[in-house]
Amino acid sequence: MRVRAQIGMVLNLDKCIGCHTCSVTCKNVWTSRDGVEYAWFNNVETKPGTGYPTDWENQSRWNGGWERTKRGKLQPKQGSKWRILANIFGNPDLPEIDDYYEPFDFDYDHLKSAPEMEAFPTARPRSKITGERMEKIVKGPNWEEILGGEFSKRSKDYNFEGIQKEIYGEYENTFMMYLPRLCEHCLNPTCVASCPSGAIYKREEDGIVLIDQEKCRGWRMCVSGCPYKKIYYNWESGKSEKCTFCYPRIESGNPTVCSETCVGRIRYLGVMLYDADKIEEAANAPETTDLYDAQLDVFLDPNDPAVIEAARADGVPEDWIKSAQESPVWKMARDWKIAFPLHPEYRTLPMVWYIPPLSPIQNAAEAGQIGTAGDMPDVRSLRIPVKYLANMLTAGDEEPIVTALERMLAMRAYMRSKTVDGVIDEGIAERVGLDKNLIEDMYKIMAIADYEDRFVIPTTHRELAEDALDLRGGCGFTDTNGCSTGINKGSMFGGRKKAAFTMPEGA
Amino acid sequence: MHNFLFGIYPYIAISVMIFGSIARYERDPFTWKSSSSQLLRRKQLIMGSILFHVGILTIFAGHFVGLLTPIWIFDALGISHSAKQILAIIAGGVAGIMMLVGGVMLFHRRWTDPRIRKTSSFADIGILALLLAQVMLGLGTIFASLQHLDGHEMTKFMSWAQGILTFEEGAADYITDVALIFKIHLTLGLTIFLLFPFTRLVHMLSVPLRYITRPGYQIVRSRRQSTTRK
Repeated sequence: MRVRAQIGMVLNLDKCIGCHTCSVTCKNVWTSRDGVEYAWFNNVETKPGTGYPTDWENQSRWNGGWERTKRGKLQPKQGSKWRILANIFGNPDLPEIDDYYEPFDFDYDHLKSAPEMEAFPTARPRSKITGERMEKIVKGPNWEEILGGEFSKRSKDYNFEGIQKEIYGEYENTFMMYLPRLCEHCLNPTCVASCPSGAIYKREEDGIVLIDQEKCRGWRMCVSGCPYKKIYYNWESGKSEKCTFCYPRIESGNPTVCSETCVGRIRYLGVMLYDADKIEEAANAPETTDLYDAQLDVFLDPNDPAVIEAARADGVPEDWIKSAQESPVWKMARDWKIAFPLHPEYRTLPMVWYIPPLSPIQNAAEAGQIGTAGDMPDVRSLRIPVKYLANMLTAGDEEPIVTALERMLAMRAYMRSKTVDGVIDEGIAERVGLDKNLIEDMYKIMAIADYEDRFVIPTTHRELAEDALDLRGGCGFTDTNGCSTGINKGSMFGGRKKAAFTMPEGA
Repeated sequence: MHNFLFGIYPYIAISVMIFGSIARYERDPFTWKSSSSQLLRRKQLIMGSILFHVGILTIFAGHFVGLLTPIWIFDALGISHSAKQILAIIAGGVAGIMMLVGGVMLFHRRWTDPRIRKTSSFADIGILALLLAQVMLGLGTIFASLQHLDGHEMTKFMSWAQGILTFEEGAADYITDVALIFKIHLTLGLTIFLLFPFTRLVHMLSVPLRYITRPGYQIVRSRRQSTTRK
């Protein structure tokens, strides 16, 4: 047993209102620069839909993630190391920027500088890459917002696998949900394995996956390796970039920007202890439906004395062990089993987990009245098909999803009976394999969702690794190049490729 | 002039290449990259890039082995100068045409596609143009070489290159009487060496061969000093 700690995240999709505050605050902090205008380290998709970049979930097209070969070996789906190197001159699995969208801005200046004319002046779009006029914007970062577009296009959604999807195109049967996505900071990241330069690494202390910008040579194999398409090639700097899990904030015990600003309070951050020796075996489970359970087995119980002892021996600080015991992520993923990994079938063992959303009863007449006093509706009659959620969160296995949805309904029924009728009905809890205290705890963390309950983040112990005296008078946070400012404009070695694009005046 | 171009300029060019590359790697590691533009436009890149790279690498290997292997090794192996000359013409010709076709595709893409054109630096376009000119000159030397199938002409270049690298005095004299096209080819080649550290060409020094032997599949970094791999 080799104990490592990781800050994991859970998103309660049941409470996501699709406001995109997470995406916008993230963008303002991290990707409001040239070359990554098209990149959203965090984005929110309306499901069902093909997402961003289009069709990202379809790995027969992009070859992201891992596969188990016929001989039982685990290797990136885009190929063995030899094949990855052989594709270095032209990567056949790399998306083009049009698969995301061509970044654009508008001629706002024209609105105030236009001469007197017959027609009202409008702000027309220009490409942020070429600066040229775009006559028609064909795609954006959230092109399918609230079921935008035709069903025939949206229904190419990979999660419809094995579902008779036609009826969901009818107005009466339609359904939708939001899916906020960011880097999964996987236990078994394909991007790390795919990087020929060895520039991408996972941090031992907190599990955050980062790209060393000075070691990245722009071979772009990580972009195709990541099945979630959450590594973005910066076309201006020629380097890959990704979600940093806001590591400067995490290190000081603060939640990530997306979590901090989430108005629905759907995001949870907490420490998970895991056994690094079990990763390869777990990721190589024979059946894709085994992967969810296999990943649960990689996690270690922070209350187990043997685990605590091993964690101390492996250098996990005391307050991290304590945080792991109070971790909301552990409770949701392991204790209550209501949170699930996104697409476990990619074999990446992702660490951003999702609580599936409840949805209105499909057919009120059929289901009768919504249950009172423990008369719970069948979760299979919910508007969002269970199979759809299972394809997204458990590689198609419906049982865990059904249990989770039932537990969430039970929590509602229990609390309703308690607060409205004044009756404590423990039978509801028992029926879904929980007890009264667990349900109360679930209610506190999921429904009330106080700041301290959502974010249990220990600070990083730099003092164990660095001598503060040596750092005194150093350069603090820098981009790259040691104390130099990074790109210096007059560099002989080629600074910026072009001047930052600005809207032409009076265009 | 002859002595400057072929006796002194090689040292200037190679020195700038070596020390310039070291300086760039040390001072500006962030700028050390392949500058791929595949994300912006896939069209013409995959085929063009593969042809270009396979061609240029073959040519590079051919020049390296052909020029720098001491002549006595070829003699000991029983490879006649004439056979070596013919091999060089055929292998170099095929690889040169691959590189030329790929390079023209890449140049056309870079010059005419607005996305690539607008995001290209002067150095990006310039170095590709120089490489294209160089491969055309190289292919042009084939016609000169066809006049000297005995391979004697080629041994002059071998003596010169080896003379330069061994600091032999008067190495430039070996190639006083070769055809003009060779001299232009050599001068341009040395100029590309000179420009090497200031362009994207540096990415060839980072060819990630170590990837093949990298153990395990996960890279982990730790602040606790010892970096562990798994």
